[in-house]
Amino acid sequence: MAERKTIELGYEGVPTDRMRMNVGPQHPSTHGVLRLEVELEGEIVTDVIPHIGYLHRCFEKYAEKMTYLQLIPYIDRLDYISSMNSEWPYVMGMEKLLDITVPEKVEYIRVIFAELNRIANHQIAVATFGIDAGAFTPFLFLFRDREMIITLFEAASGGRLLYNYFRIGGLSGDVPPTFKEDCLSIVKQVRNTNKEVMDLLIYNKIFVERTANVGILPADVAINYGVSGPMLRGSGLDFDLRKAEPYSIYDRFDFNIPVGKGEVGTVGDCWDRNVVRMYEMEESCRIVEQAVAQMSMEGDVLETIPKKIRPKANEIYCRAENPKGELGFYIISDGTAIPWRVKARGTSFVNLSVIPEISKGYMMADLILILGSIDIVLGEVDR
Amino acid sequence: MGLLNRLGDPYNAEGVILGTMEQILNWGRAKSDWFMSFGLACCAIEFMAVNASHFDFMRFGTIPRPSPRQSDFMIVSGTVTMKMAERVKRLYEQMPDPKYVMSMGSCANAGGPYWEHGYHVLKGVDRIIPVDVYVPGCPPRPEALLEGMIMLQSMIRKEEIFKKRDKIKAEDEAKDIKAV
Amino acid sequence: METLEIFDRLQAEFGAEIIDTGGAAPGDLFISVNPERIVDICLYLRDSAEMKFDYMSSLSGVQNKDNSFAVVYHLYSVSLKHRVVIKTGLAEENPKLPTVERVWKCADWHEREAFDLLGIEFEGHHNMIRILNPYDWEGFPLRKDYQGQEEYHGVRIPY
Ligand code: SF4
Repeated sequence: MAERKTIELGYEGVPTDRMRMNVGPQHPSTHGVLRLEVELEGEIVTDVIPHIGYLHRCFEKYAEKMTYLQLIPYIDRLDYISSMNSEWPYVMGMEKLLDITVPEKVEYIRVIFAELNRIANHQIAVATFGIDAGAFTPFLFLFRDREMIITLFEAASGGRLLYNYFRIGGLSGDVPPTFKEDCLSIVKQVRNTNKEVMDLLIYNKIFVERTANVGILPADVAINYGVSGPMLRGSGLDFDLRKAEPYSIYDRFDFNIPVGKGEVGTVGDCWDRNVVRMYEMEESCRIVEQAVAQMSMEGDVLETIPKKIRPKANEIYCRAENPKGELGFYIISDGTAIPWRVKARGTSFVNLSVIPEISKGYMMADLILILGSIDIVLGEVDR
Repeated sequence: MGLLNRLGDPYNAEGVILGTMEQILNWGRAKSDWFMSFGLACCAIEFMAVNASHFDFMRFGTIPRPSPRQSDFMIVSGTVTMKMAERVKRLYEQMPDPKYVMSMGSCANAGGPYWEHGYHVLKGVDRIIPVDVYVPGCPPRPEALLEGMIMLQSMIRKEEIFKKRDKIKAEDEAKDIKAV
Repeated sequence: METLEIFDRLQAEFGAEIIDTGGAAPGDLFISVNPERIVDICLYLRDSAEMKFDYMSSLSGVQNKDNSFAVVYHLYSVSLKHRVVIKTGLAEENPKLPTVERVWKCADWHEREAFDLLGIEFEGHHNMIRILNPYDWEGFPLRKDYQGQEEYHGVRIPY
């Protein structure tokens, strides 16, 4: 392990036993119902065993019972913080199986909504991470802005949290007429707030002290564990599926991949992961601006939706860059209207599995920060 | 409860508040409900939004408490699974009386979208703990949750504290007679 | 590298262990291999300089139409940016195959999940217990003939 924070506790000579402690399933900073069995020596974490499944909602069983279209609401409920993004890989995979090309306008709306949802997701991630570290104000600021994005989503889809908006071959409805102006005003507001949050939280001395050099994840370990998304990029590797294998129309936009540089500590610590999320919001803003400039409001979003969805017997693994990392769906069709098997490769499921590796040797209070910096959502961990 | 303000300024002069003990206790209880901050699933995100700046849950006098032993009511926000059910029950048992439960979202009410093939989902949290207020929706809008809170408060305000035992006994007897 | 090229290389290396390629155009092509030597094949895929499949996207257990099982590995190379799908077939009774946990750590939880939902056992895994369902759950929910439990710890499950 790289550099480790050591704190003199003055316990020498005091005999200490190893202690086992439960964090969760009801715990304010496990972000849901996760249980961590922690082995402590004094105040130092020596082992972490995650117990998951407290939110196992049988998604894969549902995938064998529902038709292709009926499955989309259940996909929303996997990663419920970024539903728009979650629907995308599934819909994209089905379009490939059915050989449908969607109109330009649909692609643009999808990109814009996915990027706005990415911003909303990172806002929650940074806000709750701030709370874990003891900063409450950024939470209020970021949720105020998130409400603007949610309002736009609601105008288009009717839902505030779970949208059910993407359809195989199109969208469920057109965007509101003031769409472009709304997007631009959101982008403006997000940028303003991010500047404030940068000063208030990210470069705050207390925050830096608490998060720098904590939970260091080296890039090779990350890859071996299958970690993706901001966590992998926080470890200094510029891997982003939007660039690595550009899907949809991502090759038309000019954006960067922010990576962790170890600005205040070591590459791959909690601070890096968090600052990557902040910079990613800025990149998403840029993509939204470009997409709004290129997009035309003319056209129909419903015309390529097939009447009958019955793909031939085949199988496909389709993935996309979610705010949390790579979300993939392995779809096996058997020629009927009901999928034979849909396996969801949950991003958080894989990202969480690295926690025993990166939390050993830190203080108990740091474990909470490490967990917060992974940005898990339990719906996707347990499916 | 009436406010008798005979002498103008109720704070400096002898302003008098008249009411029964029950009313005053209920008023205090209804206006300072501490809830257990405890999220289960997607509904918890809406619940977080209710707590944040836009909807400001705390104007109802609610304060989030991380421990069940300090809380007055519990919001079951999301899907309760079989693995979680025992824990939810134990949390409920740890809360001091008087305690209330608000069930938020279709999942906690009746299984929600997972009612049919959800082999691992509890079909309604009222199978394990008593529920006072049900808030429907998947997820409920924040306004719906606020409405639920108002309902809970008005429930608490009508609560009988002193003659409760007698009343329950009378009700039970009435039931027995009916059963006979 | 394309799937067919990888298939040729693998066949040159492992001979009869590599059975066939399959899949059709809009979907993914895959390579079927013999489950016995899966660890060696995976190690070769990870370490050989032309393959470098250092990143495992996903591992899924599948029950086929004829009730036999399959395990599907979706691999990706972060450095060379190519992907491949490896498939192994397993018998209906007592499905078992060696674990690839020591090749990619990522496989640890995925294998436990396949065990939990489908009852596919991975030999040599350090901790082959249920992951999503409670530890005392009965049956494997994703099998096609699964009948849900009536009751769990005294609480009724069906609606
Ligand atoms: S009611 Fe809907 S939003 Fe709420 S937890 Fe259940 S599925 Fe999620």
